[in-house]
Amino acid sequence: MMDVAGEKNIDVAYVAHLARLRLSEEETAVFQKQLEGIVGYVNKVREIDTTGVEPTAHGRSVQNVFREDMAREGLTTEEVLRNAPAQRDGLFVVPKIVE
Amino acid sequence: MTDINTLTVSRAARMLQGGECSSEELVSSLVRLIQERDGQIGAYLHLDEAGALEQARAIDRARAKGNVDPSNLLAGVPIAVKDILNVKGQPCTCASRILRGYVSPYDATDVARLRECGVVLLGRTNMDEFGMGSSTENSAFQVTHNPHSLDRVSGGSSGGSAAAVAADMAIAALGSDTGGSIRQPASFCGCVGMKPSYGRVSRFGLTAFASSLDQVGPITKNVEDAALLLEAISGRDEMDSTSLDLEPPCREGALRRDLKGIRLGLPKEYFVKGMNPEVEAAVKSAASLCSAAGAEIVEVSLPHTEYAIAAYYIIATAEASANLARFDGVRYGFRSDRAEDVLDMYENTRAEGFGPEVKRRIILGTYVLSSGYYEAYYLAAQKARTLIRSDFEKAFKECYALLAPVAPTAAYKIGEKCDDPLEMYLGDALTVPASLAGICGMSIPCGQTTDDLPIGLQILGPAFREENILRVGYAFEEVLERAGKSEGRGV
Amino acid sequence: MKYIASIGLEVHVQLKTDSKMFCSCRTSFGDKPNANICPVCLGYPGTMPTMNEKAICYTVMTGLMTGSSISNYSKFDRKSYFYPDMPKNYQISQYDMPLCVGGSVEIESDAGARSVALCRIHLEEDVAKNLHFANHSGVDFNRAGTPLMEVVTEPDMVSPDEALAFLLALKQILQYVGASDCNLEEGNLRCDVNCSVRPEGTETLGTKSEIKNLNTFKGVHDALAYEIVRQVEALQNGERIVQDTRRWDVDAGATFQMRSKEAAHDYRYFPEPDLMPVVLLQEQIDTWKKGLPELPGARRKRFVAQYGLPEYDARVLAGDREVADLFEQAASFNTDYKSVSNWIMTELLRHLSETGKTVASLPLTPKALADLVALVGGGKVTSTSAKEILGELMAHGGDPATIMQARGLVQVNDSDELSMFVNEAVADNPKSVEDYRKGKKAAIQFLVGQVMKQSRGKANPQIVAQLVRERIDAH
Repeated sequence: MMDVAGEKNIDVAYVAHLARLRLSEEETAVFQKQLEGIVGYVNKVREIDTTGVEPTAHGRSVQNVFREDMAREGLTTEEVLRNAPAQRDGLFVVPKIVE
Repeated sequence: MTDINTLTVSRAARMLQGGECSSEELVSSLVRLIQERDGQIGAYLHLDEAGALEQARAIDRARAKGNVDPSNLLAGVPIAVKDILNVKGQPCTCASRILRGYVSPYDATDVARLRECGVVLLGRTNMDEFGMGSSTENSAFQVTHNPHSLDRVSGGSSGGSAAAVAADMAIAALGSDTGGSIRQPASFCGCVGMKPSYGRVSRFGLTAFASSLDQVGPITKNVEDAALLLEAISGRDEMDSTSLDLEPPCREGALRRDLKGIRLGLPKEYFVKGMNPEVEAAVKSAASLCSAAGAEIVEVSLPHTEYAIAAYYIIATAEASANLARFDGVRYGFRSDRAEDVLDMYENTRAEGFGPEVKRRIILGTYVLSSGYYEAYYLAAQKARTLIRSDFEKAFKECYALLAPVAPTAAYKIGEKCDDPLEMYLGDALTVPASLAGICGMSIPCGQTTDDLPIGLQILGPAFREENILRVGYAFEEVLERAGKSEGRGV
Repeated sequence: MKYIASIGLEVHVQLKTDSKMFCSCRTSFGDKPNANICPVCLGYPGTMPTMNEKAICYTVMTGLMTGSSISNYSKFDRKSYFYPDMPKNYQISQYDMPLCVGGSVEIESDAGARSVALCRIHLEEDVAKNLHFANHSGVDFNRAGTPLMEVVTEPDMVSPDEALAFLLALKQILQYVGASDCNLEEGNLRCDVNCSVRPEGTETLGTKSEIKNLNTFKGVHDALAYEIVRQVEALQNGERIVQDTRRWDVDAGATFQMRSKEAAHDYRYFPEPDLMPVVLLQEQIDTWKKGLPELPGARRKRFVAQYGLPEYDARVLAGDREVADLFEQAASFNTDYKSVSNWIMTELLRHLSETGKTVASLPLTPKALADLVALVGGGKVTSTSAKEILGELMAHGGDPATIMQARGLVQVNDSDELSMFVNEAVADNPKSVEDYRKGKKAAIQFLVGQVMKQSRGKANPQIVAQLVRERIDAH
């Protein structure tokens, strides 16, 4: 067994922040325990000897699936803003971004 | 007159063509039954009564004018659609709070193809949130009960579609299968459910769970209907770069009631310890029936099966963690009221919008992709995937198709497995290998438990040889019916 | 102690395609907000990307121009981070298998000519535009999904001047390929620069800082000039340089540390499962290669050899693909190459720089230019009149001979007709006549000028000079 990722090392709070999920303390604790179990299980894939084995990205892989460079009409501004949780003056509104 | 709710697609087509009933009558009858029964079952999230009736009347008018091609068997047939596919002008919640208020501005390609055939879109069916689950208990809105036993799950994630078909609340339905989400609920509800080979059917408009695994497929009352729907939705779509340019599977070639000279494999790794003995017996007896009908049954080995669950839960959750990042409260759907700054908006929207199973998988997927772990998990899983696929390729050199159980048990009690996510994941052991390999698979009823719960037989075929599994399934339907008659009980 | 700077650039180039990188929306600039969008570039549920072939082609063409090796196998990856300008909260980019690897760009600065090594060229999608207001921000997704080619150099430049020279050379290549309009006002070229300093004589590069989102060449130059001084001063004060991300404040003339977008930069790259790999066979690459325009340097040399132009002319003409094309096309109608070159280099280029127009936007045809030069050479029209005709050709197009006739600009060679003007000039300017007689030969030019003025530029100046001399000598 490799020791890259001992399942005890999962930092659920860090990962939840990367995924932009706010977790309560209780949730963090529950997920911590469950993930340790699940990660402990999926470590199985690292037991296999995969020397010389190429990864598979899809069931069936083809290549060079291109689209011709031709512009087409999309949606109207009104159509898409109808779905917006907040909008003003043709823009999607979000809380002020501080850079 | 036959109770028109119970019709299959092909019989409904004959009745519609012969003028024995109209599409409007068919829709009205289904709507009545849904209103009566669905309170107990919970298959539908959204019933589009007005829209369905309008489409039905339009088809009836076209037919009266002779404008419906007689070879089009789907015209006027009401079909339910899993709430994960976009339908223009309708909500598409994916059974999640996070898509509250979202109205789709476009049709999924599969939906558009059905519309072109004149299919009537009846409503949207319940599911595990974003397809994550195997019981339809993970819906944000309701649990779908198994029509065969209301205190049991319908399976998942396409539990709503399977329950609607099983309860005669739809003539047929579309579902989606990432790791068994069509086959397993079809098995629990006693329907036919088919997962096409990856690339056979367009994914455009199918809200992505795991992009390299997701496929749309039919859930129907028999194999012929599955073939009909598959033919309608399959084929290259320029909006989906992973859809392939192939002829649709040949329905005439596939639907022959003949198993003579065909070699069928039983993968020994699929008969695992802890499997319900009734399930194992039903599947073995199905193999015997096939053998009696002229097929040769051989045992085959798929040695990397034991790694499938691990590989699947790495790949599927990794892809899902990125696919579900777009639900952020900016452009559509739900936004938390607690959105003082951008980070608050993201974190609270997603915390309030997603259910626990979705959060769990996003966290797992984010973890396996996070800095330093890519090779240990995602890449290793993709290599395991190669080995699993080559196991199948070897088996299919010898065998026309494989026969296996769909799940280790029949439908279990609602709430029975909610506490332990890992135990729930392990229940997918028999369906995820085909998903990883990108091959086609079908679940078809093959018997019942002593509690009268349906048991499914899984028929697996080589990639893009859907006619193989349709042929085996079609022949098996008849073999089973004959056997049932001789035993004196219907199936 | 002396310090040496190491500068690397990441240049983001918006490609000149009609449609976006992964959907069919228009790529136009300056439309109303959220007008060029569709479910795909808004990251709607269920949507998927499809690859724009033209964008792949432009990137490979650029790679061929820079001598990069074109990857036989390349793929797209997802780069995850949350930001309101990101429709999917991941950007489709290329991580470990870019379309082009290596290569170099020839630059010239005061320090001389050299080549700057490239690390890679890859393709990705642009993000949306955030607009900031008092209490909220707004997002316009028109730009989201525009094909963005990223040219990444090695930390190979040593001065702001070299960085500027690199950008000019790259711009020239991009315009040659036709890959981008390189319009800075429209944000076609945007740079991230990284910069470090180290004591002279040491090998190991210093700790670098990155300055993000510079969208003018002057900004790149000034920000680097500031940053080098900042770092050197810090080191001289015994401080340590911290690796950081900074922004350039034009008004303050200084760089400031930015609040980091993603603290750990944990982008969770993985192969984009919705796209298939790009596998370029040699055959395909060769086809593109054949369509590749000649590099400016090669063309410059050829202009000297083939047309006998001076090095200076060749450099100026070859520097702009459209100008060079105009020259060659005009030269196919008129073998007085040097004269064709002169007219382009003086009148035409002045017109372009005064009006900000491009050659392509002028109605002037190469044939008309060649004909005009022939009219001057054949003594049919004076240079002064020819300038007027060229002005008309550049404004409205047409045929030079026709314009010459219509405006009565035909050169007057008739001595009798000219004698009138000559007599007048000699009579009106006794001082100049006196000067000439006293041996001040230059005085004749003034008298010729007077005649030219009187004839409204149409008089043949050689004949006039002859007549003036004869007229004065005769008395």
